[in-house]
Amino acid sequence: MQKYDVVIIGGGVVGCATARELTRYKLRVALFEGAPDICSGQSKANTAIVHAGFDAKPGTDKARFNVIGNAMFDTLARELDVHFERNGSIVLAFSDEGIPELEKLVWRGVANGVKGLRVIRAEELRNLEPNVSAKAVAALFAPSGGIVSPYELTFAYAENAVKNGAAIFREAPVTDVRRDGRGGYLVRAGGRECAARAVVNCAGVHADEINNRVSAERIGITPRRGEYHIVDKSYGKLFKSAIFQLPTAMGKGVLVARTVEDTILLGPTAEDIPDREDKSTTAGGLAKVLERAALTWEDIPRRGFITTFSGIRAHCDKDDFVLGEPGDAPLFFNAAGIESPGLTAAPAIAVYLAESVAQRLRAAENPAFDPVRKAIPAFRTMDADERAAAIAKNPDYAKIVCRCENVSEAEIRECIRRPVGARSVDGVKFRARAGMGRCQSGFCLTRVMEILAEELGVPETEITKSGGGSYLVSGRIFGEEEGGRA
Amino acid sequence: MREREVGVLVIGGGPAGLAAGIAAKEAGCARVLVVDREDAPGGILKQCIHNGFGLQAFGEELTGTEYAERYIEKAFAAGVEVACGTMAIDLTGGRVATIVSRARGLETVRAGAVVLAMGCRERPRGALATPGSRCAGVYTAGNAQKLVNMKGLMPGKRVVILGSGDIGLIMARRMTFMGARVLACVELMPYSAGLTRNIVQCLDDFGIPLLLSHTVVDIKGRERLEGVSVAAVDETLSPIPGTERELACDTLLLSVGLLPENELSSTAGVRLSPATGGAEVDENLQTAVPGVFSCGNVLHVHDLVDFVSEEAARAGKAAARYAAGETRPRGTVPVEAGSGVGGIVPQFLGEQIEGDVKLMFRTRGIYKKARVVAERGGREIYSKREMILVPGEMVGVTLKKDALGSGREPVRVRIEV
Amino acid sequence: MEERELICINCPMGCRMKATLEGGTITSVTGFTCKRGETYAREELTRPVRMVTALVRVKGRAQPLPVKTDRPIDKDLIFDALAALGHVTVQPPIRIGEVVLANVCGTCANFVATANVR
Repeated sequence: MQKYDVVIIGGGVVGCATARELTRYKLRVALFEGAPDICSGQSKANTAIVHAGFDAKPGTDKARFNVIGNAMFDTLARELDVHFERNGSIVLAFSDEGIPELEKLVWRGVANGVKGLRVIRAEELRNLEPNVSAKAVAALFAPSGGIVSPYELTFAYAENAVKNGAAIFREAPVTDVRRDGRGGYLVRAGGRECAARAVVNCAGVHADEINNRVSAERIGITPRRGEYHIVDKSYGKLFKSAIFQLPTAMGKGVLVARTVEDTILLGPTAEDIPDREDKSTTAGGLAKVLERAALTWEDIPRRGFITTFSGIRAHCDKDDFVLGEPGDAPLFFNAAGIESPGLTAAPAIAVYLAESVAQRLRAAENPAFDPVRKAIPAFRTMDADERAAAIAKNPDYAKIVCRCENVSEAEIRECIRRPVGARSVDGVKFRARAGMGRCQSGFCLTRVMEILAEELGVPETEITKSGGGSYLVSGRIFGEEEGGRA
Repeated sequence: MREREVGVLVIGGGPAGLAAGIAAKEAGCARVLVVDREDAPGGILKQCIHNGFGLQAFGEELTGTEYAERYIEKAFAAGVEVACGTMAIDLTGGRVATIVSRARGLETVRAGAVVLAMGCRERPRGALATPGSRCAGVYTAGNAQKLVNMKGLMPGKRVVILGSGDIGLIMARRMTFMGARVLACVELMPYSAGLTRNIVQCLDDFGIPLLLSHTVVDIKGRERLEGVSVAAVDETLSPIPGTERELACDTLLLSVGLLPENELSSTAGVRLSPATGGAEVDENLQTAVPGVFSCGNVLHVHDLVDFVSEEAARAGKAAARYAAGETRPRGTVPVEAGSGVGGIVPQFLGEQIEGDVKLMFRTRGIYKKARVVAERGGREIYSKREMILVPGEMVGVTLKKDALGSGREPVRVRIEV
Repeated sequence: MEERELICINCPMGCRMKATLEGGTITSVTGFTCKRGETYAREELTRPVRMVTALVRVKGRAQPLPVKTDRPIDKDLIFDALAALGHVTVQPPIRIGEVVLANVCGTCANFVATANVR
């Protein structure tokens, strides 16, 4: 039976970040992800905001880890070679009654340790954001807010974790965790049992199921769906900061949030749903997104819509993160109820968990730890000289596969070959961006399928959209029958 | 980085690009380069194995592949350089293009004139914002066509088609021929946008129902499509609650619109028309950027490839003349779309017209026993009675040079019932 | 006596026509607006034919070869013709117009190649 020092359950941003932080110590680390790919849950379906920290209630773990995490992003982005932009957050008020609400956010932020918050009036708002609706009368400006690509970050963490010795297993759902009677745990993952001295629970919408197997301190997770529209990057220049809304009579506001790729996210809604894995969007939800986003952005360009998606938050009945060991399950560490500001808090949560685990396991530091991970050089961001050099070294850079996002064949092959690499069309999409543009893989799909089949050594008929049963084709048009020429 | 100079650079090697390149050569341009990002020329025609092409151009009924081959052979014979596997990634207003290929790496091409012939892309599910699951099994009809005809792969076995344009209808037949069961063709409008011939030979022949005034309102399936919900729509095209019914299927093909692919045009500063999605051009098919011409589906979405070739030939000829030094700015006399007329091309005329001018447009609705009228300066300069006009068939109007006259008066085209 | 309905495919009018048949012979056609419509109705109702385009296996290649019948065949024979094609594998090189399957289902029509394969 495999023995690990630490088993991490869940390959979202918190799980992968924790795996990376744990490799700073001399520990045998394994991460088990149930889905065919890491980053399949909330981590890939959120608003991609690095929150300033004025929203979380003071004194909560959400507030604490939000602010610590926020401050880590500059260094982290450099180490992991991921996009990060500290473009500020703006909360709009649409009437004078909203101004005291904005001021409350300032005080809350100050209590949480957030710097630079101030309330601005219409004129300054127009200067900062000329395309925000004229209906906004005032706003909160939080300069420390930022944006990141949540899946880019998750993959980067995972790659760095593996580089430093962690093992990551996909398509390995954890079906049982129990104490082994000797202070450690037995984990059943992907049909096989392994031993762990410590377990870290980063199982997202399933974190309660995992915790409740080993602890009587029960956690209850309510799946809470958020739906989004994505607007084409040609409109990205219209907004600089992430634009939030104060709740109005209509309910909690939605964001108009530019991403690091210059697309714009509109959303999310917030709706409790019974099925934890139901990632579908709804007519009502999408309509609500547009109705509310219209308060911020008066002329939302329908012709700029490229797609929609939904994410399922792991909302915890405690309404705060559940972090650390429960009283009755030593060496079982929770990172549960990680909904917003989970992405922002992830780097800080990971450090906290890793330090806690290492201390409890009395682990020595790993002198060979290398925090640096290099991204796959992207044709689309290179200048002419860099492109020429890349092509000279690797002619696959001269073959553009995804025309909308200018993604070359070299990047697609590399993202399949890397540790924890792509094994499906969506895997390629989220790592290399092929298929994320205007035509939504209309042009590149068949070529991506070909490259995947070649790199993985499987027939094209076995290529899936996102693993499991998401097959793309039902078979070949001709059976295997061989005939002679008539 | 390699640099080269050409007389006419044609971006796109499909039917428009090939015809433009041939015409530029025939007009005397010495160096004509056609670039195409795919590994073989022919554009979308490579996957069009059905017939219906060439009736006007050759007097024969050909398949798309045969039509393409005619032009490929002609281009080769004319001495047009066709570079495949070559993508244009940038174009400046000064007609300097950056192209990239495995064979030659990055190259700068300085062109005397440029012809934009990049064709169009299909509207994807995401742009429709159809709610439901993002499972596998939802394809645009064109992508399904590519999978079947070029890759020999079956998208699925139980098919629903959204959109009754010709691509959707053709795929209804193709999937049926390949052994799939096509359950229905669902059309939002109260009429089909496709040719009657295709309704009969792609749907009726196989007992496939055409559900007019309906749309798909939900897509179901965890990993792979399992079914769609189809609902009736009212006059505002909104789904009528309570009319939903479920169709169990594993494949949904979308034939919901073609969008001219003008990314490159925009970077060059070409002004686009919201009505067509393509460049604003004059009767020589010149855009607002001097020496940059546009033709084919990137200019406006055509029905018959024969008209694409004819239009592209005009663009190629004009480009060659420009490259030879007969430079002139784009015409500025407006061509106006009057009642019943949508998306007219060209949008401008020069003050001095050299020959007859062909206008093309689509009607905004179905018109029976109507008159297509063109007016200038208060005079009628064109009139033609038609039994029927439908949006699915582009209307061509040839304005005679003498009737047009010259000057700055706008020309107005309208439908009169 | 039998009454049949059909839509003319010659132009966007799509005239809905009605015909009466007796013992397989057309006794009347109504609903057409032009002669082409009447001709089409008579042909379509007595002996409907179709041009068929299809795909054929190519030895050693993933990409199939597109083919067409070189003249229309009986509508009733379409699926038999496709089935017959299913037994065929062609060898490159192929030129447009080459016969891939002759005398399809006993008709005078042949399936011919509509693309070149090097």
